[in-house]
Amino acid sequence: MSALETGAERADPVLRMQGITKRFGSVTANEDISFSLHKGEVIALLGENGAGKTTLMNILFGQYSADKGVVEAFGTPLPAGAPRAALDAGVGMVHQHFTLADNLTVWENIALGTQELGAFSLRPARVKAKTRDLSARFHLTVDPDARVGALTVGERQRVEILKALYREAKVLILDEPTAVLTPQETDALFATLREAISMGLSIVFISHKLHEVMAIAHRVLVLRHGRLVAEREIGDTNAEELASIMVGGEVRAPEVPALPAGPALLTLTGATAGVLQDVDLTLNAGQITGIAGVSGNGQGALSDLISGVLTLQSGEMQIAGQTPTHWDARTAIAHGVGRIPEDRHKAGTIADFDLTENAILETYQTDFSRAGWMDWTKARRHTEHLIQTYDVRCPGPDTPIRLLSGGNMQKLILGRVLEENPQIIVANQPVRGLDIGAVNYVHSRLAAARESGSAILLISEDLDEIMKLSDKIHVISEGRLSPAFLRGALSVAEIGKWMAGQGFAHAS
Amino acid sequence: MELLDILLSASFWAAAIRIASPLIFATIGELICERAGVLNLGIEGIMVAGAFAGWISVWAGLPLWGGVAVALIVGMAFGLLHSVLSVPFGLSQHVVGVGITLLATSVTFYTYRVVLPEVSSPPKIEAFQPFEIPLFSDIPLLGPALFSQTPLTYAAFVMAGLTAFVLFRTPLGLAVRAAGENPSAVAAQGLSVTAIRMGAVIVGSGLMAVGGAFLTMSAFDSFFFDMVGGRGWICIALVVFGAWRPGKALLGAILFAAFDALQIRVQQASLGTVIPYQIFLMMPYVLSILALVLMSRSAQVPAALMVPFNKGTR
Ligand SMILES: Nc1ncnc2c1ncn2[C@@H]1O[C@H](COP(=O)(O)OP(=O)(O)OP(=O)(O)O)[C@@H](O)[C@H]1O
Ligand SMILES: [Mg+2]
Repeated sequence: MSALETGAERADPVLRMQGITKRFGSVTANEDISFSLHKGEVIALLGENGAGKTTLMNILFGQYSADKGVVEAFGTPLPAGAPRAALDAGVGMVHQHFTLADNLTVWENIALGTQELGAFSLRPARVKAKTRDLSARFHLTVDPDARVGALTVGERQRVEILKALYREAKVLILDEPTAVLTPQETDALFATLREAISMGLSIVFISHKLHEVMAIAHRVLVLRHGRLVAEREIGDTNAEELASIMVGGEVRAPEVPALPAGPALLTLTGATAGVLQDVDLTLNAGQITGIAGVSGNGQGALSDLISGVLTLQSGEMQIAGQTPTHWDARTAIAHGVGRIPEDRHKAGTIADFDLTENAILETYQTDFSRAGWMDWTKARRHTEHLIQTYDVRCPGPDTPIRLLSGGNMQKLILGRVLEENPQIIVANQPVRGLDIGAVNYVHSRLAAARESGSAILLISEDLDEIMKLSDKIHVISEGRLSPAFLRGALSVAEIGKWMAGQGFAHAS
Repeated sequence: MELLDILLSASFWAAAIRIASPLIFATIGELICERAGVLNLGIEGIMVAGAFAGWISVWAGLPLWGGVAVALIVGMAFGLLHSVLSVPFGLSQHVVGVGITLLATSVTFYTYRVVLPEVSSPPKIEAFQPFEIPLFSDIPLLGPALFSQTPLTYAAFVMAGLTAFVLFRTPLGLAVRAAGENPSAVAAQGLSVTAIRMGAVIVGSGLMAVGGAFLTMSAFDSFFFDMVGGRGWICIALVVFGAWRPGKALLGAILFAAFDALQIRVQQASLGTVIPYQIFLMMPYVLSILALVLMSRSAQVPAALMVPFNKGTR
């Protein structure tokens, strides 16, 4: 596209938000935000957890109505609180939490709401043909007849994008699309997005990963505490600058030097359980043991096994040199196993419970009850302490946890686990969906727990994270675990080979 | 074998289909509500109200189909009340449903006493008569069983088929199913979850009332206070038994009705002299519980059943 053309299009934004303000009770989620988006442009929206990114996009899409301000698409104002109008104007949104009906097929999810409700037929053949066509054009491989419930996270996301493309969206809003994707899937997504841009679509992209933003965005907007604090052309900025604007100060990742092993706190020998096959693993005091690998290769089973949710089929588990006679979630907690679960919505929290109730979920019987009665005053004090120490941004301990932004939920869970001074910490994707500040914070907390003698199992898809923090590294692939390598002993390429399943002697 | 004789007789199956008809209406009505994500425990009361409304209208001079229409409208009115409380206001569906049942039942009894203050036994009406479908009614066994029923029975079968078609073959049905699976998915596609759920509850409640009206206008020709007698609750179980599918629910209703018809006949037969008749009365219920246990294992409950949805919250 020539400079002249760009200039002409600049005059006519496809999308404009003007003076958007939105409050939830005492929380100001958005304050006087204005920006516009042009044809073929990718804007990245950056900001800490709870900065108001999702809220702004929900207003744009008509899911929330703003207290003040206007939204315009192609020069015409969109009515507040009407997703239908936004869809009709060509705005499509992929939500941070997927909006798919699991029991329906892919094509049914795509067809939903696209046809006259009075029509006598769903025209499945037509929907499927168009879906296949779009799949091919945008490299979004998915079977239209598959049930959505049976799809992987990556596939579900493709369905979400297909939903928007099917409606001939001209603007795509993607709220943290990469948070749940493997690095490979992220690359594929970017290929799709580039294809879309070349066809003249415009994109708003939200991510906490700065290298992704640098790779795909033309322009970056940074939100802080609900305000738009900076706007940069991608050529005029860099990841470091963006990070520091985002958190409002210098960002320094914690230095975590490798440490020698302490005594073994947990040993697995020939452990087979769920998808795990013949796994040998030792967690030493004062060390972080990293598990690298693409998710879905047995990471879940491994953390379930250690935290007592899954039982051993064969092999042996020792805790501090002793074989426990009985191993379930409660015994695991009693033995000082703390767990930062992978999916904070499913396993970590109860959405409608307030912060206090969620904070004491695992310890209410031992620490917060007297003679069978709950001691709520103590529980509340404990929660207030967690909110303070772990910087959980929220209106107070009585807020239902579902109202918190994802990052703040994670901080509460982290606090809940670490305050118990666990001997063994299982951290499964502990920084998924967190902003840089929060990532550094979680990392430094894990490092501090290590210093105080805990054994930490760190499971992550992010190789950088694994290689930066772990004292020793295993690679997991199809339920098998590689031997341990000291930090720095393996190159990224070598780890990649293990991840692909090469190197396992008794490959099955 | 006595039992075999019963099972092979056309009159037995004719009775089963007749007994099944009100269950089919009400079960399909409940199924529509639940597919959209709303449990409608108002069913028992709405059936009572429908039974009364249809019958009293005919007694007052309306034609039979006019009575059916009145029952439908009364049912839809209670459905409207249910849906306003349970959908936009998001009140507990259990409380709202039981409340509607109590309200509809007592309003019915009250109206009965107001309209017919003096009578000791309720007046009779000229009820629907069997209508033999030419040709089909001549098929042995099947003919008398299926094709010599009252028009309202045919309507029940047509309605079940129509519901299946709408639910699985049309955009409207897709929206209803999605509303019961994940309302956010519906909202994100620009549809109104509130409108879809309210519509489903209103239509579903209308069908429940027609199911009630079948009792007073087709099965019998008069209204008695306890004539619905827990059929509504049976229908709730039948929805589960039918795994939220109209076809299976229809079969479930026929199966239950067959046990019921069998029970009466076995009582009258020689076996009835040896075994206390209460055992036979129990039979349909025991068998349906058994069937329920076996069938419902594989059933897919609508994921958002009883989960209220509010726009603009998370
Ligand atoms: N429906 C709601 N009711 C009350 N508070 C809300 C609601 N939605 C959002 N908030 C609050 O508004 C603020 C902004 O939330 P938002 O989800 O927009 O953040 P975000 O920038 O998307 O964060 P994250 O990166 O964690 O997704 C948070 O403090 C959140 O708790
Ligand atoms: Mg968000």
